[in-house]
Amino acid sequence: MSKDIQQAGEERRFLDYAPAPESRDIVRLRPSYGLFIDGDWVDGHGAPFTTIDPSTEAPLAEIAVADEADVALAVAAARRAYDKVWSRMPGAERGKYLFRIARLVQERARELAVAESLDNGKPIKESRDVDVPLVAAWFFYYAGWADKLDYAGLGASPRALGVAGQVIPWNFPLLMLAWKIAPALAAGNTVVLKPAETTPLTALLFADICRQAGLPAGVVNIVTGAGETGRALVRAEVDKVAFTGSTAVGREIAKAIAGTEKRATLELGGKAANIVFDDAPIDQAIEGVVNGIFFNQGHVCCAGSRLLVQESIHDELVDRLKQRLTTLRLGSPLDKNTDIGAINSAEQLERIRRLSELGEAEGAERWSAPCAIPEQGFWFAPTIFTNVSTSSTIAREEIFGPVLSVLTFRTPAEAVAKANNTPYGLSAGIWSDKGSKILAVADRLRAGVIWANTFNRFDPASPFGGYKESGYGREGGRHGLTAYLKAGAR
Amino acid sequence: MSTAQKLAPAARAVAILGGDATDRALRLHLEGLSRVDAVGLEQRAAGFATRSIKTTSKAAALDTVIGLIDLTTLEGADTPGKVRSLAAKARTPDPGDLATPRPAALCVYGDMVGVAIEALGGLHGDPDDGRIAVAAVATAFPSGRASLAVKLADTRDAVAAGADEIDMVIDRGAFLAGRYGQVFEEILAVKEACARPDGTAASLKVILETGELATYDAVRRASWLAILAGADFIKTSTGKVQPAATLPVTVLMLEVVRDWHRITGERIGVKPAGGIRASKDAIRYLIAVAETVGEPWLAPYLFRFGASGLLNDVLLQRQKLRTGHYSGPDYVTID
Repeated sequence: MSKDIQQAGEERRFLDYAPAPESRDIVRLRPSYGLFIDGDWVDGHGAPFTTIDPSTEAPLAEIAVADEADVALAVAAARRAYDKVWSRMPGAERGKYLFRIARLVQERARELAVAESLDNGKPIKESRDVDVPLVAAWFFYYAGWADKLDYAGLGASPRALGVAGQVIPWNFPLLMLAWKIAPALAAGNTVVLKPAETTPLTALLFADICRQAGLPAGVVNIVTGAGETGRALVRAEVDKVAFTGSTAVGREIAKAIAGTEKRATLELGGKAANIVFDDAPIDQAIEGVVNGIFFNQGHVCCAGSRLLVQESIHDELVDRLKQRLTTLRLGSPLDKNTDIGAINSAEQLERIRRLSELGEAEGAERWSAPCAIPEQGFWFAPTIFTNVSTSSTIAREEIFGPVLSVLTFRTPAEAVAKANNTPYGLSAGIWSDKGSKILAVADRLRAGVIWANTFNRFDPASPFGGYKESGYGREGGRHGLTAYLKAGAR
Repeated sequence: MSTAQKLAPAARAVAILGGDATDRALRLHLEGLSRVDAVGLEQRAAGFATRSIKTTSKAAALDTVIGLIDLTTLEGADTPGKVRSLAAKARTPDPGDLATPRPAALCVYGDMVGVAIEALGGLHGDPDDGRIAVAAVATAFPSGRASLAVKLADTRDAVAAGADEIDMVIDRGAFLAGRYGQVFEEILAVKEACARPDGTAASLKVILETGELATYDAVRRASWLAILAGADFIKTSTGKVQPAATLPVTVLMLEVVRDWHRITGERIGVKPAGGIRASKDAIRYLIAVAETVGEPWLAPYLFRFGASGLLNDVLLQRQKLRTGHYSGPDYVTID
């Protein structure tokens, strides 16, 4: 054909997809929210704050703050519910409530997805297709365990711990709530949960779901606030502390509960290696790398933030990766075609900027996808750093943003050594078409979760947790259940 | 943009293989291609299906789809009357809206080429200039089970009758048995048979029949093989075997033409055929094209749909966008 290139560059219209916004009318937010204690909304005694939409900086609702007395009230309510109702209820009955909650989550899925995207800034396609379906899956899974605790591996008739104090992060607000509440309730505990201060909305909607499900008062209590409220909860009369968040706060919690009877599971930071061998299925590996670090704007503790690529394919892979990143669509979280949403807060954006500048200053080569950044709100274009050495700050510190550091290796042994060379150990990824190599490498990686030829896949039946500074204890699966149980009396 | 080099088909292979296209050289090359992870590929394709194309984008997409359709009739029961009726449909897809774009081509059996050209009249021509081409299936379509001499005669016959495009099938038996050299030689020979006395040539679409190749790795190899041998287009299916076109297979073939373009600067077309009946599905293919190889590929010389029922569904959707309400199957003409 003679007209090979004639139309190149001409048709640039189709990819400018017309806006396809999900309607926000499905969410009716109240102007202000109190604390959910003992099955009722009560006022907080701290100074309330406003939660905002990070994509526009527009206020969404006023949120109460629980002070120490409010937290004590919530813990007391949870204790009463535990003693009088929940610990006496047969497992099958507890299971019924959990099944009911799971079904309500499904029924209200669109509302929850929109609320999550509004408050967190994540794209609606992720809250709709990943977060909320997983929330329902978590409740369904643990609902099934509620009457089968004898098979949890602790012998006959294991017992619940009592009241669990749970503190969750802002990156997957409702999903982290489900990871915490579902196993706790299935095992027979009652809970006091504190959502992150920048993303309290879906937890407050969940309180409404608990009421709708007829859950006995006090079994689930939600207290909102910032770090001080969290500290009060950790210090309060709880039997178990479950925390997901930064390693610094995790350390503080471990110190605070040292010498007490309180148990803890800590799910902390990560700096996961995503290892791409030269025999990897290259197109799918590119997708996996993109999904590994740019999913949820990189606000993922198990994100594949260090790309370890075999030297022989480095240039080609980086080239293809850049090409792929130019097709990512950054914009309104509620638009169904958005791939990259907003950064959750000004504070987090500042941290991502600072670490990226440091990366440049330390000699790494920066490339950002060419995308228009909206004027309002907090945004950061997908960015990759090449020429990164293992000693670079951006290769060692968790950035928690859409920033990928690319490093190279020559042999499987070097890949393993570099992957393990981090204080963290939450997750890792391996890309190769050769099964035996995947198994051999996985065996030597010190990370809690290892994905092969995929990344960031979650399932309620699979335990999740870290090595080293990524924390201790496991969530998910039977292991996640036993974290809320102790062996029965003989 | 890059300057596409025009290589003779065999020269194409020599340049990439670094030597003659022997069975051994082809094997080494094709088996050295990166493998495909089925789960990952299918996930990627499913991701395209979650795109939401609304309002002005939808209108543009529907018109684009029509302009990329090879309106097809490939029945044993085809008659000149049936082909004329199809041509009439192509000339006036929607009598209620004469601004409706026309499909890219009519796709018929070789003996119907003359009828199709006559029926199209002055509208017969290059789809990239807004006219309608005539494509003929050849090489003992759909099975390809005939001697090379018969396949070549079949091809020459259609070209002589005036076909603008030839849709050939590969010998899947030879391919699956690892006789890549044989498949290569056949495509090469058919490509030569596409030449016209005046020095021009009919465009060659090579049908891989992906439903019979079974694995994605085989589809990738067959795609490369066809392009090395001189294909202008790689096409998924005959429509006579299930599964016919699927989104993952098409995405994979688009990745191959994207990689070929990276290496050589040449643009090869892709044609999913069979089983695409709904506008919604067709739009997903457009998204896959635009996001895998880029928008320039959304042109008749680089992308086609092999379909018959699809056109009417697109017309119904078009009417809905224009009038705001759905009509029904009796408000579009059957061909």
